[in-house]
Order: sequence, then structure tokens, then C-alpha cells
Amino acid sequence: MSRSSKKGPFVEARLMGRIEAMNERNEKRMIRTWSRTSTVFPEMVGHTIAVHDGRKHVPVFISEQMVGHKLGEFAPTRTFRGHSGDRKTEVKKRA
Amino acid sequence: MARIAGVNLPNQKRLEIGLTYIYGIGQPTARKVAVALRLDPDTKIKDLTDEEVTKLRQYIDENLQVEGDLRRDRSQAIKRLGEIGAYRGIRHRRGLPVNGQRTRTNARTRKGPAKPVSRGKKATAKT
Repeated sequence: MSRSSKKGPFVEARLMGRIEAMNERNEKRMIRTWSRTSTVFPEMVGHTIAVHDGRKHVPVFISEQMVGHKLGEFAPTRTFRGHSGDRKTEVKKRA
Repeated sequence: MARIAGVNLPNQKRLEIGLTYIYGIGQPTARKVAVALRLDPDTKIKDLTDEEVTKLRQYIDENLQVEGDLRRDRSQAIKRLGEIGAYRGIRHRRGLPVNGQRTRTNARTRKGPAKPVSRGKKATAKT
């Protein structure tokens, strides 16, 4: 079931606060976050947010089209390197 | 034979069914169209008057997104997901289920017919 529109989209308050502070001071710094469930807001466009994938922070440059999606959608949590004995795909890894 | 929304020409079927030959119209939509135009969903396509066909054409043109337009929008939506690097876009690209379904078994619709695993390799992996 989707979220009640009464509540509006979810963002971690701390993350949003930091983005707004950066917008006010007109600076762009990489900002690390674990909050994969936060929605991408228009305010974030142009920033680079490092989203945790469970192991490390994946830098995600936020473009206008990403608004409305969740941060986690841009930082895949699984690395699939192919099956054993599957010679063709073994070398290839997920970009 | 009526020609609505470009190439579609349903025939001996009832209106309700005939309309579903148009991409983007299923039975629920077909029924809604019939109700909106006060047509009987049970009349055969061939029994429709020219006037009724014109009405249908006009209604579909104005209110529904069908055929090429719909296909284009859908593929663009998928392309967009790929371009922004979203997880769903990646799943589309790799031909795997997009909405979090299991892939250990099943998922054959997306993955296509099962590819056999060669026995020799499997045996060596086990030892």
C-alpha cells in the first residue's frame, strides 16, 4: 500500500536540513547518508549524495529526473558476478 | 469491418470484445467506452452503424491513450528509469523481474525459457 498523501513524502530531517543549509550557503559538498528510504526532493538536484549500499557509500549525482524516487534506488545493494562455471559472465561485473 | 485508432479492424465479435483488439483497451475499458457512448456492449462490430463507429473513434481519440502513443510512453518510462540509473531500470536492462519477485525459482516470464545447466560443471562444483 502506498503512503498516505496527507503525510507528504518522507525524507530524513537531518539530511534535508543539511541540504538546505548547503543551498543557503550555495556550496556543494558530498554528503554521506545511510538513509536509503529518503525521497529525492527538488532541493537536492545538483548535489552529490553518497548513499550507503550496506558496505560503502555510493556517490549519486542527483538529476532533475530523479526527483520523487528514493535514494536507495540509485545505490544497488547486491553485486552479482555470475555463477560458478559460467565462464562468459564471470569476468563481467555490475557497473 | 470497422477501423479505429489506426490499424485495428475487429470483426465478428461483440463490441466489448472487439475493442480489446486495440492496444491499450482491455475489457474494463471497453465496457466503459460502451457505457459512455450509450452503446450496447453486446452488438457485433459488423452491426455497428457508420455513425456509431465515428462516435467510437472520436471518443477513443479524445479520451484514451492507445496504440503507438501508449507504447511510446511506456518505453520512454522504462528508458528513463535506465537513464537515471535506478534499480528498476537495471532490472529492465537485465531482463529480470522488476518488482522484487523471487528469482531463485520462477520468474520465467521475464527470464524466458529455462537454460539447462550442464551436468559436468555442476558435478565438479559439488565435490
